[in-house]
Amino acid sequence: MAAVKFTLNGNPQTVDAVSAMPLLWVLRDTLGMTGTKFGCGMSLCGACTVHIDGQPVRSCVTPISAVAGKKVTTIEGLSPDRSHPIQVAWIEADVPQCGYCQSGQIMTAAALLSKTSNPTDADIDEAMRNNICRCGTYEDIRRALHRAAELHRAGGVK
Amino acid sequence: MSVAVNRRNFLRAGATAAGGLMLGFYLPDRKARAAETPATGNKLNAFVLVGNDDIVTLYIHKAEMGQGTVTSLSMLLAEELECDWSKIRTEFPGVNPAYGGFQGVVGSQSIRSSYTSLRQAGAGARDMLLQAAAQKWGVDKSSCRAEKSTVINTATNARLTYGSLAEAASKLPPPGSVTLKDASQFKIVGKPTKRLDTPGKVDGSTTFGIDIRLPNMLYAVLQRCPVFGGTVASFDDTNAKTVPGVKRVIKISNGVAVVADNTWAAMEGRRKLTVQWDEGKVAANSTPGITQSFAEATQQTDGAPQRKVGDASAALATAAKNLDAIYQTPYLAHATMEPLNCTAWVRSDGAEVWASTQMQSGARTIAAQKSGLPQDKVQIHSEYMGGGFGRRGGSDYVGEAVEIAKAFDVPVKLTWSREDDMQHDTYRPASYCRFAGGVDADGWPVAWTASIACPAFAGANTSTEGVRDIAYAIPNFQVHYHDVNPGVPVSYWRSVGYSQNTFFAESFLDEMAHAGGKDPVDLRRRLLATNGRLLAALELAANKAGWGKPLPAGWGRGVSVVNNIGSNTVQIAEVSVEKGKLKVHRVVCAVDCGAVVNPAGVQQQIASGIAFGLSAALKGGITIKNGRVEQGNFHQYDVVRIDEMPKVEVHIVPSQAASGGIGEASTPGIAPAVCNAIFAATGKRIRQLPIRPEDLA
Repeated sequence: MAAVKFTLNGNPQTVDAVSAMPLLWVLRDTLGMTGTKFGCGMSLCGACTVHIDGQPVRSCVTPISAVAGKKVTTIEGLSPDRSHPIQVAWIEADVPQCGYCQSGQIMTAAALLSKTSNPTDADIDEAMRNNICRCGTYEDIRRALHRAAELHRAGGVK
Repeated sequence: MSVAVNRRNFLRAGATAAGGLMLGFYLPDRKARAAETPATGNKLNAFVLVGNDDIVTLYIHKAEMGQGTVTSLSMLLAEELECDWSKIRTEFPGVNPAYGGFQGVVGSQSIRSSYTSLRQAGAGARDMLLQAAAQKWGVDKSSCRAEKSTVINTATNARLTYGSLAEAASKLPPPGSVTLKDASQFKIVGKPTKRLDTPGKVDGSTTFGIDIRLPNMLYAVLQRCPVFGGTVASFDDTNAKTVPGVKRVIKISNGVAVVADNTWAAMEGRRKLTVQWDEGKVAANSTPGITQSFAEATQQTDGAPQRKVGDASAALATAAKNLDAIYQTPYLAHATMEPLNCTAWVRSDGAEVWASTQMQSGARTIAAQKSGLPQDKVQIHSEYMGGGFGRRGGSDYVGEAVEIAKAFDVPVKLTWSREDDMQHDTYRPASYCRFAGGVDADGWPVAWTASIACPAFAGANTSTEGVRDIAYAIPNFQVHYHDVNPGVPVSYWRSVGYSQNTFFAESFLDEMAHAGGKDPVDLRRRLLATNGRLLAALELAANKAGWGKPLPAGWGRGVSVVNNIGSNTVQIAEVSVEKGKLKVHRVVCAVDCGAVVNPAGVQQQIASGIAFGLSAALKGGITIKNGRVEQGNFHQYDVVRIDEMPKVEVHIVPSQAASGGIGEASTPGIAPAVCNAIFAATGKRIRQLPIRPEDLA
């Protein structure tokens, strides 16, 4: 067990955990932040995606020791009030069905938008193809992502 | 429409401790509807609460797995209640004997079983609120009207909100009859409506079963025998117990559980567990042998007869042209995004269970069994599901959690890993179908026989639906069934028997069309001539898809028709096969599902069902080796991704016929539409799923 210090959704955070314990389980079980989802445990489905220093990362295969000193953002920290352009567009397009994969979809999409303000369909395919949705909300995700990009370019992004 | 209501069964009103108008009403279950018998007894299986704060809460015994039920059922209620849509809230009340025996979401039943009852409840509550306002104003109820959660005095234009009337209304007797709106008056029903559950699903705040957290809760994983039906011979937990956080290792009927203070520690502990298994007899079974046993069964002539029209043998013997074909499909996993899980707290005086389940009543039955407590001491908390697709109709995972939790005095959450989920599913059965067909001198089908081998789980009906009950008028028709059981657990999977049989039937019909030199849509037109609804859907799809219009080389269109869950669905897929690579570009889907509650929900479910069926067509396959599943995670059991999702165009046939289901309507038809399109593009006939690269090369 070792104390790991990092920034979680803008706030300083210290956790005592086995260094190999994945960030996913620290978030969910130790810290009670259940918005980040367990889907596969092998970086295959994308449900557990969070941002580490702004990059989309699969928390299920990221040991807690690797986030020491880093900035971690989860779905709970994307915005305080569902005002991130991705969230606004997701609500507008009514994207989620069961919704279980959507935290990961949204975090991956937000990371895409932060580096590509006007993503093409090919950009979306490349960024989103490793996020699985069994409900098949893909067309709505694509539509919402284009809409979020509009909002983003109009200055709606933080 | 005026509907007489049996007060004893239908409406019960009263004030609540919190204040407001609480109304109970009866939603008939599937069985009662099928028998068309009126409700009996004092069953109350849903409640609506009009609060003093104007908030209308619908307590609904259905559950949400993405299918949009929470929204569509609320729309039905809100329509007749004349309440402000923004004031609607929903809650899952859990299992209660007052709701009747069966509580679950299976078979695309929610709207079908609630369409009239929920409207009656809304109308009943509206009537009582009108009456309360009339009394307050000292006028006749007929001079009051309801609009947006307000009662308006039509003479004076005075207004009273529902919240201010709720308490007075709760003291009134419920009406003996209510008047339901004509569909032409609908303001909410039939209009595309946003889902009520979206906001919590974009900020991580929706609580799924797996997200339950309770004070002092422990976390468990379970090592099950990799071979179906195997049992624990012995185990050594020495190393498992050295993992930090592991509390205890216990044996239950289904395996060895590792219980720890977090999920990961439990998983790490399980990795270090050594278990000796008595593997049992299924260990002798592997996919090649299973397929062989299916093939042999279909060669026998004594299968269980499913349907017989005319004399198929004689017609085959005299047909101008004969064709034979064998079709096969594999076992399939459900792979819901939320792995199975259940939290249980078993005390001496009662048990509580938190589960994302499609079958709340089944969960309660098994929890009572495993805890040894009477059913009325078991409380089921029904949670949002991260997908169901039929898997959560079973309650095996609930039983496991209760068995583990029984050994603790604190709550225990059991989580399945993805590997657990994929290797201990209750699978869509593998199936094998041997066809023979004959066309006459003019090229029209005159004979059709099918012999199906498939493990049964709910009788032959589900194993042969989709072949046995096709709507086509073929004069000589015969279907036989062989129940072959290789010991792999099987159960419901989105669209059930249609998921494979529609692929068989619609593909073979396409073969018959080509054998007779007929256009596949023309052939279906002729064979559906007396089925107005399917014919209309076919014409709509053909028209919207541009059937018959030229396509580039290497492209093709394919059609499929299916009538299931009370709905009629026609799909036309447009594909290209270039250098052996298949791409599904576009799917036009015409659907007649009767009266539509939420067209936006229909659109979502059609696209969803297509994605689900397309994953099976292009990628899905569970194989067995020595009684074990060979696939463990998404790298071995892949599903359709965003870049493989076709453009789906949904066209709803306007109808006020009784509502059909929608959650399973489009899953069956996508595989045959795609495979028929591949044939049109390449001349290659796909008779086995998933489609393999070598089938296209």
